[in-house]
Amino acid sequence: MDLKEFLRRIGQIIIVLIGVSFFTFLLVQLAPGDPVMTMYQSMGIIPTEEVLNETREAMGLNDPFFVQYFRWLANVLKGDLGMSYSKYRPVASLLAGRMWPTLKLSISSMFVMLLFAVPLGMISAVYSNKPIDYIVRGITFFGVSMPNFWVGLLLLYFLAMKLNLLPVISTDPNALSNLVLPTLTLAFAMTAKYTRQVRTAVLEELHKDYVIGAKGRGESERAILFKHVFPNSLLPLVTMFGLSLGSLLGGTSVVEVIFTYPGLGSLAIDAIKAMDYPLIQGYVLWISLIYMAVNLAVDISYNFIDPRIKGEGKA
Amino acid sequence: MNGILKDFLKNRQFVFFTVLIILIVMTTVLAPVIVPYDPYEAVLKDARLAPGPDHLFGTDKLGRDLFSRVIYGARVSLPATLSLVGLVFFVGVLLGIISGFYGGMVDAVIMRLADMMVSFPGMVLAMAVAGIMGASIRNAVIAISLVTWPKYARMARSIVLKVKNEDYMAAARIVGGRDLHIMIKYLFPIVAPTLVITAATDIGGMMLELAGLSYLGFGAVSPMAEWGLMLSEGRPYMSACPWMMIYPGLAIFIVVVIFNFWGDALRDVLDPRQQ
Repeated sequence: MDLKEFLRRIGQIIIVLIGVSFFTFLLVQLAPGDPVMTMYQSMGIIPTEEVLNETREAMGLNDPFFVQYFRWLANVLKGDLGMSYSKYRPVASLLAGRMWPTLKLSISSMFVMLLFAVPLGMISAVYSNKPIDYIVRGITFFGVSMPNFWVGLLLLYFLAMKLNLLPVISTDPNALSNLVLPTLTLAFAMTAKYTRQVRTAVLEELHKDYVIGAKGRGESERAILFKHVFPNSLLPLVTMFGLSLGSLLGGTSVVEVIFTYPGLGSLAIDAIKAMDYPLIQGYVLWISLIYMAVNLAVDISYNFIDPRIKGEGKA
Repeated sequence: MNGILKDFLKNRQFVFFTVLIILIVMTTVLAPVIVPYDPYEAVLKDARLAPGPDHLFGTDKLGRDLFSRVIYGARVSLPATLSLVGLVFFVGVLLGIISGFYGGMVDAVIMRLADMMVSFPGMVLAMAVAGIMGASIRNAVIAISLVTWPKYARMARSIVLKVKNEDYMAAARIVGGRDLHIMIKYLFPIVAPTLVITAATDIGGMMLELAGLSYLGFGAVSPMAEWGLMLSEGRPYMSACPWMMIYPGLAIFIVVVIFNFWGDALRDVLDPRQQ
């Protein structure tokens, strides 16, 4: 990727972010609920019509749609995502506070997933259509069919409630044990999915001509696998893992809710339920930005992993 | 035609899972006859009963029979999932064919829209859409289709681009075929097989996503007998009454496994190259 391509991608990201924020803004405007009413109700106050109107006016909610949107956009450019209606704190600081727990959870579950998916996928490919392959594939098949919230509840029930291995609800918010169950739940579904992908990637590599050539030259099976096949099949996997990290950051909500884990996902669910528009908009914008940044980083990393790609598309 | 039918019948996995799916559909249709209790009738004195001869799967917090509710759950999940898959298929194929066939401005607009939809995590948008529009099965279906159609549109478009410049396409035009006629008569049959396979293998995953939205409170609303919702209602009682979360989850799992195996077998039959 050269500078021109890089700038083009940055431009694309900005366009998508504007599109996404416009879309969420529009959606919020069309929504049936009334945020001001919800806000007062959450404070335990039943406001009069006058109070409602005054508050709306003060919050700028009576202005035309485009005025509201551009005011929000201008503030965002200044780094101000607005105030949360339900938590009475700046959206930016709320998001920042929840970022690290979700990142921690995403990275740890990625790590656990790699620990299982890569070896299992490789074994499954090397011994394809042998009993061990059938067993691995069978398990992954059942794995992708289980709803992750159910897996989470089952783990909670058996590991925490029946076997008492872990606390059900921890008193210490920073305890490492808080991370175990959400990580296992997320890693379970991902392992099932990615084991199959690793298997496919390795299998494809195994069928290439150079493998036959190397065998013909008398190289040992082991050397072929570890020196050539596994490293070569890494490339398609890097994209996949990169994408999965991106979607993990946005996809942890269900698991965070089950385990009352204080991350971005549970914050988003709270925001949606409370009709907290600034927080919803801030969250969607933030997650989209991270997701696209991760994708860009993955593409850039190609340059280092596979030098062939550098020149591609230019000639 | 006979040959294809033979291929289908020869694949034992396909036949087996088709039979299971027919059984699921029959259970769904015949649910009112099968269930021993009214799934919506609260009998408070029977609340939270453990599974036993009277109540096979036990009862929930309001004393409703869980077995009846789990069976009725299929009446919600199945039609919702199938209409979701159908909607995504229809919108995706339509926009994909139009995009590939006309090219130019139309193509650019549709594809940039698709790019936008896939450049951030789908579940986030689906949650936001379903949450903001208000919780209901219909809104959950709309929300998920909104983030899933680009996958289908892109596939359909790429297939159209491949065949667009073939001789028979030119011939169809020369003899005066209208755009709509060409798209329906020539392009759709070429696009359909690949997309049908994709749709079939996606049924299980979409069912999971729908149940997930319901679990979070953005889909089915109480008192509906929906599996995801039943799980979230059973959550507070899970320590004392684990059956409330075991059976609805098991129901989703079994139905999704069957659809996944069936989709896989369908792909094997229709697309032998993949094997």
